[in-house]
Amino acid sequence: MSIEAGTPTSSTEPNAEGYRGFTLGQFSFRRDEYFAYISWPTGSHIMSVDAFLRAMQRDIAWDFFYGIVNFDGVFGTMNHYGTVDLFAGRYNDSYRKAELDYSENIDTPIIREQFKAILEDWTNQTFDPFASPHETGPAFGVKNGSNVDAITRRRVAATRMVNLPGDEELRNDENGHPLNRMFLDVPQDEPLVEAEPGFEGQLAGFNLFNYLARSQVTWNPSVVSVCKDSLFCPTTEEYILPIIHGNDRVEWFIQLSDEISWEVEDRDTGTMRSRVVMKAGDVCAMPADIRHQGYSPKRSMLLVWENGDPNLADLIASGQAPTYPADF
Amino acid sequence: MAGATNASGAVEAASYKTVFASLEDFSKGGVELINDDPRHYAFSNMYEVASISKPWEQVAVGKNMQYVLEVVRAEGQSGWRTASHDQFAVSLDGEVEIEFFTHGAPVDESVEGSVALAADPDGQRMGRVVLNFGHQALLPANSAYRMTASRPSVVMIQTIAGADTKFRWAEICQTV
Ligand SMILES: [Fe+2]
Repeated sequence: MSIEAGTPTSSTEPNAEGYRGFTLGQFSFRRDEYFAYISWPTGSHIMSVDAFLRAMQRDIAWDFFYGIVNFDGVFGTMNHYGTVDLFAGRYNDSYRKAELDYSENIDTPIIREQFKAILEDWTNQTFDPFASPHETGPAFGVKNGSNVDAITRRRVAATRMVNLPGDEELRNDENGHPLNRMFLDVPQDEPLVEAEPGFEGQLAGFNLFNYLARSQVTWNPSVVSVCKDSLFCPTTEEYILPIIHGNDRVEWFIQLSDEISWEVEDRDTGTMRSRVVMKAGDVCAMPADIRHQGYSPKRSMLLVWENGDPNLADLIASGQAPTYPADF
Repeated sequence: MAGATNASGAVEAASYKTVFASLEDFSKGGVELINDDPRHYAFSNMYEVASISKPWEQVAVGKNMQYVLEVVRAEGQSGWRTASHDQFAVSLDGEVEIEFFTHGAPVDESVEGSVALAADPDGQRMGRVVLNFGHQALLPANSAYRMTASRPSVVMIQTIAGADTKFRWAEICQTV
């Protein structure tokens, strides 16, 4: 079932706990001290509000990312790059078999704005949804201020490479990026760049590991270098990826430091396919028909490598391109 | 050892050690299969690949359609190369000097990946970049570049599959 563009949205006055309720098409959202409640014409769902806000934060920051952002095994979004499916039970075998799954296709600006409104109203001043659990206070309780600066961090995306003139700048203490407490031992030297007269600004380099050691956020890939549609999107990871990411293309992980364990499930049904343990130097493809969630016991550096070709999702969905990277 | 109490009220360790790897010291994770084929994951380790490669071989450890991630064992001096598009190099172990020149033999835009130059570049010296562990450099489109490493080092390259790219999936990837 699908409702076309022009999806109506609304919000209510604050409830007894101080939080507004919201609607997005026929989905409705409310929260209390501990939980987010989601309902739709064929069912309803409950999530811990801290997990809900961490997932919502990623979905907004990534502008619905590639493929599916599952908030959990029931609720999430699928990106169609211009529109987004908001779904419940769509990628859950039991909901599908019971024909209780439901989704609405919504113009991206409409879902984006309503998601931002929910995140802003439901995030208290004590909570930073981008932070690891060690770095933030609780999401819980009655309405207690807001944390707009934390939830509206600028999206970092180099157009060519970090540290080229006019592109994303290096991170340092002065611009609000101190070394993370778990990366104090990461070398901070920068590469030697010597350009001959007339070639200034044409050669460039930067210390990628120092740059990552100064990231303020977790589980938030951001582009550092661009080779046509090939995007290096490294990120620092600690605790659990707050979403279960369903691919619409092959995605590659390159573990740069420490260790992450991944649970890999079938994208459409959620049945387990594998566990992947990645250590420094390991490289692993995530096939286009899986979903995955990562666990990082210590803050680690992960290079997520994406192919941003706008035609790729359709090629794979229509069977013209394979769901895995290579035949051998 | 116990350290400070953090924002959440939990007590953290007094210090943390970041685990990196090197050509001399790496350990590999892997895919624990439940219901899948390991080949779908093309799981490898870049240090292991570099440890079994000849100097300057560009071995694909990742491929997404035409795009590749290559691992290079940098040892001694490479030949001169160029490409019609930007590429990027990251040192994952060791010091690697990259020299850049202009040259009069540009590669056609339709040719992707790195291309060996038939002779030393005939243009102007643009400069050099010296990468150490964890450093990334731009290899600008149409420049000629050459790498030098005094000891065996490891470089990862973000590029597009081309004449130089070696595909050895069966040798480098987990298959069972
Ligand atoms: Fe992912």
